[in-house]
Amino acid sequence: MHRYLPHTSEEVSSMLASLRLRSIEDLFAHLPQQIRFHDAYIKDAPLSDGQIRDLMARSGGQILIPFRGYGSYDHERPAIIDAIASRQEFLTSYTPYQPEVAQGTLQYIFEFQSIVCELTGLDVSNASMYDGATSAAEAMMMAVNVTNIPRVLVASDMLPHVIDTIKTYAHFRGVTIDFVEFNHDGLLDIEHLKRLSQQAYAALLVAYPNKYGIIADYAAINELVHQSGALSIVYADLLALTLFKQPAAFGADICCGEAQSLGIPLSFGGPYVGYLSSISKYVRKMPGRICGITLDNRGQRAYVLTLQAREQHIRREKANSNICSNQSLMALQATIYAVTLGKKGLRQVAINTISATRYLHEQLIKTQLFKPSFKRPFAFETTLDYVGSIDALNRQLQKKGYLGGMPIDEHRVVFYASEKTQKQTIDAFVNAIKECHDEIR
Amino acid sequence: MKYDKLIFELSVPGRIGYTLPETGITSINPSDLFPSELLRIEPPRLPEVGELDVVRHYTNVSKLNFGIETGFYPLGSCTMKYNPKINDEAASQPGFRNIHPLQDEDTLQPLLKLYDDTSKMLSHIAGMDATSLNSFAGAHGELTGLMIMKAYHERRGDHKRTKMIIPDSAHGTNPASAAMLGYECITIKSTPQGLIDIEALKAVLSDEVAGIMLTNPNTLGLFETDILEISRLVHEIGGLLYYDGANLNALLGVARPGDMGFDIMHMNLHKTFSTPHGGGGPGSGPVSVKGHLAHLLPHPRVVLAKGRYIIERHGDSIGQIGGFFGNFLVVVRAYTYLKSLGRELNAIGPLAVLNANYVKEKLRHAYRLPIEAPYMHEFVFNGLIDQSTGIKTLEVAKRLLDFGVHAPTIYFPLLFDQSIMVEPTEVESKATLDHFVELMLKIAKEAIEEPDCVRLAPHFTPVGRLDEVRAARTPILNYRDYVKSL
Repeated sequence: MHRYLPHTSEEVSSMLASLRLRSIEDLFAHLPQQIRFHDAYIKDAPLSDGQIRDLMARSGGQILIPFRGYGSYDHERPAIIDAIASRQEFLTSYTPYQPEVAQGTLQYIFEFQSIVCELTGLDVSNASMYDGATSAAEAMMMAVNVTNIPRVLVASDMLPHVIDTIKTYAHFRGVTIDFVEFNHDGLLDIEHLKRLSQQAYAALLVAYPNKYGIIADYAAINELVHQSGALSIVYADLLALTLFKQPAAFGADICCGEAQSLGIPLSFGGPYVGYLSSISKYVRKMPGRICGITLDNRGQRAYVLTLQAREQHIRREKANSNICSNQSLMALQATIYAVTLGKKGLRQVAINTISATRYLHEQLIKTQLFKPSFKRPFAFETTLDYVGSIDALNRQLQKKGYLGGMPIDEHRVVFYASEKTQKQTIDAFVNAIKECHDEIR
Repeated sequence: MKYDKLIFELSVPGRIGYTLPETGITSINPSDLFPSELLRIEPPRLPEVGELDVVRHYTNVSKLNFGIETGFYPLGSCTMKYNPKINDEAASQPGFRNIHPLQDEDTLQPLLKLYDDTSKMLSHIAGMDATSLNSFAGAHGELTGLMIMKAYHERRGDHKRTKMIIPDSAHGTNPASAAMLGYECITIKSTPQGLIDIEALKAVLSDEVAGIMLTNPNTLGLFETDILEISRLVHEIGGLLYYDGANLNALLGVARPGDMGFDIMHMNLHKTFSTPHGGGGPGSGPVSVKGHLAHLLPHPRVVLAKGRYIIERHGDSIGQIGGFFGNFLVVVRAYTYLKSLGRELNAIGPLAVLNANYVKEKLRHAYRLPIEAPYMHEFVFNGLIDQSTGIKTLEVAKRLLDFGVHAPTIYFPLLFDQSIMVEPTEVESKATLDHFVELMLKIAKEAIEEPDCVRLAPHFTPVGRLDEVRAARTPILNYRDYVKSL
């Protein structure tokens, strides 16, 4: 007996009787007896909700004041996100296979797609991908399928976890990756790109902004890519697209990335939500669910999953991808965030985040312990060179409750501050850095 | 009249729904810092709405959905069991939600313990030796598992294994996952009894076969009783056995895939372990393997070394398959579920199987049961027995919606032309099952006495039957296109 299992012993007996069976064991009489498992998986008694609460209160990690982004960005979260996303109608429903009773899910997918298309400037978006890294891997496979060329070029200034994921997917599919170097200015080395372009490739994948926080103009590079007959894939932060030129405006064919910065908590890395958007020409090569508008037999506007001949449940081994469950509820959270902040607010979050990172950058330079690694304009993150060991500094900072910048080299570090970081928090952090620096010495 | 607004249609220029904190930092002016060619000219056309607008909008939109708490959800192969509230409360702890994935292990010890404990419990349930929690969904688990299989053969220098055997009853994700890795899919037909045809299997076995992907119980709800023989045959030619864990619920307290000879498998935490489906994710598809494959599991991995949990990147691994550690908050929910059940976990499979057989037995005089056999946690009918009025499975399913019950999975598996696949799960009481039986019999009766009523169903849902042809012929896939189409 358990609170999740409603059967009384009388009910079990009467159900067995209607099956003309004597015991539950009889249900399994046809199984080979040598594979039957009779031990308890878990020896412990079931825990009550109160016991679970106590256990959980002891199970969390240490919350630090974050000055680190690098793919996971702390932002303000309106309370309405969780209030709405925890409604059972959204939370507990399945993929909308019965659209007559799943218009709620379908409608927010349509709204999510609309927001992604507005931000990227591209024509089509799918319903979501698992995360940014896998969205990049799927975008790469999509370009390989469009061009039938098993080779892609990838900018080496992408986040390492994105690169590592693409590498795994590419290896097992027999796709070659060549990495385009970046120069000392923190930009893609166009001469290297030209050399690599001499051999056919499916696509060039670039980051916008890159792992150093640098925003670059890819218009000229994309012209070169298109001249080679390849596709341009831009891995873009959706929040950045409120302020910086939308990838469609500089020739992107496919845009993908992580939408965690739109209202998703850090969550030790997941669940987040990836997105994938494309020009309409390639819509039939896209992976994942796509929702469209139609009418019902009563003449009402309604929503339905469409263009399903791309998907695994119809096409099986001929499908564009195997993706089935994606990150629907997280797409809902990103949607609520994006519409709540809206036209002005989302842009303001981007501006305030840059302002905070900029202020942090200036204060760190003033300590004379840091120098900018690059001269290029940065967006949400800044990359600095520290005079000492960044690992040693971070260990000290951690003792004071701070999550220091992301170390990417012995002396090189990527810092992040957000629209919620107070001036006094930054000032205290910079002071703590000075103290820690002295302590290490 | 159903609620019929898109959030974009509520927009009023100048309205806001947020408060940003004043931080004491002077705002930058973008055009001072960035050259104009980097800046966006036209702002994205996002809505301008108030907080109450947003709350009311999505509350109304949510009411157009059917969830597990709305009513019975017997969707076959999807294991729509109750999603306990305590799971969500556990996952909302600040000590989970506000943790950066790139924090130092020293700040993560209890969290990493929870992560590792979950992985060990799942390994034990699977009858396997090691489990990775990094994959985001069932299909992602399949992909990861097949990468492990491919790496296993590759590393042995065995490059001729280009084929993957998949039964015709398999989920669509199986062949799709295999194809993503470049495997040629060899489909084998089921026997008239709905099981793997051992002779057909033998005929396709060769040293070019990498392995076989099986669901057991299979998608008909039948246990592959020859599994030990299948395992022996596949291993004999050097292949590996992959277990699709979509139907694992049937086996809790009954049997373990590892004991049946499977080498690699995935589980669906959003099926067997009660985490919510979220309208299509986030799920979680942990991958378990036998010891000889453990070094191939994806990284990063959490490992207990000398009394301390560390995050490890192992050189032998297939590599990274996603950003960080998978859908961690989903893992927390599954862990909570396992702790909440404790030793009662063993009761789940038997009760799920009892429920399915009970319903099947009560309905088989009205619906065609194509295979006479003992069923496990689900079963498949092939439409109505009395087909005289031409009422099809689709119409039966749509009529069920009118009565406040979600439709079963329909037209899958592909073995029958009128498949109705019912999975009640263990959480449903006899009363709920009796009510479902009553409705299904009522619909069977209506199909004869008032066929038009069934044919035109649903009548009472927020929307009626949808024009799917129109949606595909002139795709309108975002609000911008919609406005243009008016």
